[in-house]
Amino acid sequence: MSNSMNTGRYGKHGGQYVPETLMNEIHKLEDAYEQYKNDAEFVEELDRLNREYAGRPSLLYFAEKMTKDLGGAKIYFKREDLNHTGSHKINNVLGQVLLAKKMGKTRVIAETGAGQHGVATATAAALLDMECEIYMGKEDTIRQALNVYRMELLGAKVHPVESGTMTLKDAVNACMREWTARVDDTLYVLGSVMGPHPFPMMVRDFQSVISKEAREQILEAEGKLPDVVMACVGGGSNAMGSFYEFINDKEVRLIGCEAAGHGVDTDKTAATMAVGTEGVFHGMKSYFCQDEYGQIAPVYSISAGLDYPGVGPEHAYLRDIHRAEYVPVTDEEAVQAFEYIAKEEGIIAAIESSHAVAHLMKIAPKMEKEQIIICTLSGRGDKDVAAIARYRGIDLHE
Amino acid sequence: MSRIYKAFEHKKAFIGFLTAGDPSLDKTEEFVLEMADAGAGLIEIGIPFSDPIADGPVIQEANIRALSAGCTTDKIFDMVVSLREKTDVPLVFLAYLNTLYKYGYEDFCRRCQECGVDGVILPDMPFEEREELVPVAEKYDVDVITMVAPTSKERIKMVAEDASGFIYVVSSMGVTGARSEITTDVGEIVETIRDVTDVPVAIGFGINTKEQVNKYSAIGDGAIVGSAIVKMIAEYGEAAGPKLHEYVTEMVSGLASS
Repeated sequence: MSNSMNTGRYGKHGGQYVPETLMNEIHKLEDAYEQYKNDAEFVEELDRLNREYAGRPSLLYFAEKMTKDLGGAKIYFKREDLNHTGSHKINNVLGQVLLAKKMGKTRVIAETGAGQHGVATATAAALLDMECEIYMGKEDTIRQALNVYRMELLGAKVHPVESGTMTLKDAVNACMREWTARVDDTLYVLGSVMGPHPFPMMVRDFQSVISKEAREQILEAEGKLPDVVMACVGGGSNAMGSFYEFINDKEVRLIGCEAAGHGVDTDKTAATMAVGTEGVFHGMKSYFCQDEYGQIAPVYSISAGLDYPGVGPEHAYLRDIHRAEYVPVTDEEAVQAFEYIAKEEGIIAAIESSHAVAHLMKIAPKMEKEQIIICTLSGRGDKDVAAIARYRGIDLHE
Repeated sequence: MSRIYKAFEHKKAFIGFLTAGDPSLDKTEEFVLEMADAGAGLIEIGIPFSDPIADGPVIQEANIRALSAGCTTDKIFDMVVSLREKTDVPLVFLAYLNTLYKYGYEDFCRRCQECGVDGVILPDMPFEEREELVPVAEKYDVDVITMVAPTSKERIKMVAEDASGFIYVVSSMGVTGARSEITTDVGEIVETIRDVTDVPVAIGFGINTKEQVNKYSAIGDGAIVGSAIVKMIAEYGEAAGPKLHEYVTEMVSGLASS
């Protein structure tokens, strides 16, 4: 169902709002993707990388203790945190970097917020012998210093971005500027289901392996579809990947959990669906946090990966047609969930994913015991331990 | 006959760019008048945007200064009303599409017509997305300026055919900013454009010397200077007026004869 219009539109959202300098390249990318996604050799190569390198399929884990403790629906976690590099980002980058190689590119660039996408891109670039440069907001290089070093270990050059709010959106700006300056040998490996077409579609396709597996796994384990599929949403790639194969299963509720920061009634928030309005930015028409004149708002979240003022166009569309619902989760709720799932299940989940866990903790107790929730754990939380300690006022010396 | 058309009639045009509201809108008005008086044929007024992805550091910083000083789209329109009492120089806005989208295409274009803005340049709206704006802009006689890039190649004919006002040829890859050397074969791009349209061609990105103005106004119909002007405003602030007059006078003296 989800809209196969070739102009990259999702209802009124999407499109290709980029400088003329990039248009030929964007069309080349569209053509290359259309060619290779149906190319048996490419599909096989990507599948092999997913299995043998990334460790797919990821587990669908029944969280028995949490299920018992919360006393409602059966809780399953889709364990993208167990992938190589520790998050769902690897699914997309293996696809895009492999595509870049097929297109004859020798260099990839990428933005990163928490560092997960940067680490994944650097990893894929190392494996597939590509030059790699990562743009990361300076603020985020401080919040996620370990990931900066990790990317450098993998052979990537990391550029701290000092413009604007020095976070994810500024890293995207910097990446777009760099791509405009050098397209011939370079692919911009976009990290989420956002940007100009074909990125939202391509990233969604590469990430939909999450729901493809989860759907099969839950049918195998329970003999029926889940009642709820949920995931955290920044740009929305793990959520889109988690939702996609369930979109046609109308009885499955799809819930995206946004970062509310200090709360949606404060200006320290990144909950685009809750406080955003329609706009055109970063190559796409979608919802954005912005003021009455269209100036993009300086958003905030404890989670660097969700700290983005927009959301992917297909999510905007799923909300418009009421197929998916989007809920805000505050920093405090996410941190509590981070601590809860660690103690209860022995899983240190990313602070991003913990936003979804927090909402799960609200809804699971109100559901029936025979109902099922699948919640995607998009990444592991090792990278967040120091920040959570700081949040709790604990001074760590590494 | 449109003001933009007249700017290129039987002559080459020097086009100056500045960011509205940097350091204040009163000063923007003064600077535009200084540049017009010094012989600029057309002025591009940048509407500051929080995230100007097609601009280099010099113009990015001007955007931040203008926004921090409280510049808004409505205040810019008010400034243009005042400006129009004093000059007939063609004025075009350089804006990011979100500014228009959020204002409403209809309201924005109507205000342009009311205030005397002749066109808009939108670096993040390529040919493929023009259709949502162009009919509205036409209704209010606002030219949506077409951009052609070094990478446009086989797209040139398609995008140029549809052009109105003038065509903005981007001389270099990347973002705005002064460059010591421009390596693109701009002449070839201009020739391809000439095959399909008589709309004037102005060349910009990286131009900042009199010699470059001479070279590129000979190839096309006009030369655009942005970052060099914005840099002077950053350096001299409120006192930039006379400096701009001097600079633009020199640049205009470099224009090729038509």
